[in-house]
Amino acid sequence: MGSITLENVRKSFGSADIIQGASLEIEDGSFVVFVGPSGCGKTTLLRLIAGLEDVTSGQIRIDGADVTDVPPAKRGLSMVFQSYALYPHMSVRGNIAFGLKMAGMPKGEIDRKVEGAASILNLTPYLERKPRDLSGGQRQRVAIGRAIVREPKAFLFDEPLSNLDAALRVQMRQEVTRLQKQLATTAVYVTHDQVEAMTMADRIVVLNAGRIEQYGSPLELYEHPANLFVAGFIGSPKMNLIGREVAGQFGAATIGVRPEHITVARDGEGWEGTVGVAEHLGSDTFIYVDVPQVGTLTARTVGELGIRVGERVRLRPDQRRIHRFDTEGRALAA
Amino acid sequence: MATQQTRTLGRVLIAPAVALLFVWMIVPLAMTIYFSLQYKNLLNPGEESFAGLDNFTYFLTDPAFITALINTLVLVGSVLLITIVLGTFVALLMNMPIYGRNIVRLMVIAPFFVMPTVSALVWKNLLMHPVSGLFAWLMSSVGLEPIDWFTNYPMLAVILIVAWQWLPFASLILLTALQSLDEEQKEAAEMDGAGAVSKFIYLTLPHLARPITVVILIETIFLLTVFAEIFVTTGGGPGLQTTNLAFLIYQAALLQFDVGSASAGGLVAVVIANILAFFLVRIVGRNLEA
Ligand SMILES: Nc1ncnc2c1ncn2[C@@H]1O[C@H](COP(=O)(O)OP(=O)(O)OP(=O)(O)O)[C@@H](O)[C@H]1O
Ligand SMILES: [Mg+2]
Repeated sequence: MGSITLENVRKSFGSADIIQGASLEIEDGSFVVFVGPSGCGKTTLLRLIAGLEDVTSGQIRIDGADVTDVPPAKRGLSMVFQSYALYPHMSVRGNIAFGLKMAGMPKGEIDRKVEGAASILNLTPYLERKPRDLSGGQRQRVAIGRAIVREPKAFLFDEPLSNLDAALRVQMRQEVTRLQKQLATTAVYVTHDQVEAMTMADRIVVLNAGRIEQYGSPLELYEHPANLFVAGFIGSPKMNLIGREVAGQFGAATIGVRPEHITVARDGEGWEGTVGVAEHLGSDTFIYVDVPQVGTLTARTVGELGIRVGERVRLRPDQRRIHRFDTEGRALAA
Repeated sequence: MATQQTRTLGRVLIAPAVALLFVWMIVPLAMTIYFSLQYKNLLNPGEESFAGLDNFTYFLTDPAFITALINTLVLVGSVLLITIVLGTFVALLMNMPIYGRNIVRLMVIAPFFVMPTVSALVWKNLLMHPVSGLFAWLMSSVGLEPIDWFTNYPMLAVILIVAWQWLPFASLILLTALQSLDEEQKEAAEMDGAGAVSKFIYLTLPHLARPITVVILIETIFLLTVFAEIFVTTGGGPGLQTTNLAFLIYQAALLQFDVGSASAGGLVAVVIANILAFFLVRIVGRNLEA
């Protein structure tokens, strides 16, 4: 069990309103990712849920019970910190066992649980080592081990993979997801990496300047961004946003087309422009085209078209996948 | 200093400093050794002669020596205990986000800047004086008999004065260590359900182990030679109750004018300090590796 409800939660540091009324319903067993640009308040929101910061106003409920004024230890959550925050003077075993020891669990049971967690995380050979004698990935797993032994109602992760190299990050990403599904424990995960967000999440919370911009499944966010911010934030390369007359033709203040929904051709219909830059990734080519009256558009083509810089090309957006936004940046119904 | 070349270069570059330090140290040491083997009394100039180990025998078999040695150890041990226990406590307090924290820190550090002679005088005449001292006034104002510190509890009085002087040092070192304790570790412990006491035992104390050993090492070196405080307050007495090794040597040299015996005592003190330092450095070394 571990559903978390935020109701109009606000947090100010002095006069700065960092979280401006967040309401959120996190279902039991789901994997929810907070994503947003740096400084938007992801960590702060997570710490509010953990109880490491006091809310300025609003209510936090876990399994329906109001925990707004409950201290962190009593909320039944466990947290994996970005710095791992392992206890440097304790062995891996000591680190994982600490929470159980504090809870006054008998020694035999602690050993059993610690060894169970260690075997799930492939840490058994390292149980007697100190954290400083472990690699980054192993430390990461100890931090996760420390979180899972306590069988919490929910895991809170604050950018746990940001200190790892790219390959290890992909591997740990899968391990964390697998583990979460296996344990069926609610997880709240903070990241600024949208690939992590898209691949791991059941549902994504897009935060911007302390506000929740949208809450939905990865595909919902991709296919139906609620506003310009989400449209620009989710997806890589970024969605092309076009204003002025062109948008007017579609009855909107701004229209958005994803690079992968633009067909590039040498002739025929569509916007005409000059190729400014072409990035060849092998599998894909990203083409940056300067279109008069419209601006620079990004198009993604699969494979190699043999298009060179300076060539004139035609860009045809997929008419069914054009996103329209009003003057306030909100999405208009299709 | 990884390659052969940088190592050699390093040695060449520090050689002058090492040579200077060596001369600096070896000349007084050699003179002390020389005098310790002579009968030499300032009252009878020109009557020096070779004494062999007589001076050492005389110094070591003097019943005052054992008393002074025990007094030294008691003084060093008590001051270490007080400064570290209280210092940890003060450091914890100073590390809290309290109003006027900077002023508090400045005031805590202040005793360290007071010369030992001055602070001993202040304690003797303004605080612990049985008639005009602040403590006496406090005690009599609640109807108690004032304590005559230097007559009845001379050692305790000296310990208090010296501890007062060294408390800032210990607090300061421990405070800087506390400030380097990772905030997230504390939060992780909090989420793990550790209360204030558990956090102190399992996180703070292990973190402080290293700075505590450093404090022990440095304080011991200075506490072995405490002199001004004793000289100003008790003069080593009553009897021998507050005579430590440094004071005993002073007595031999400047009260009895026996330079030979004082030199022998000085060497004994050096040996004792070295034995202590040897063990301390090993303990500290083990902690520094960890
Ligand atoms: N203790 C604090 N006092 C004052 N301001 C704070 C405090 N903690 C965070 N802030 C401010 O709150 C804002 C949000 O911080 P937060 O750490 O939640 O950002 P974030 O979304 O986690 O960013 P990042 O991706 O860089 O980690 C920032 O502007 C930060 O300066
Ligand atoms: Mg953050």
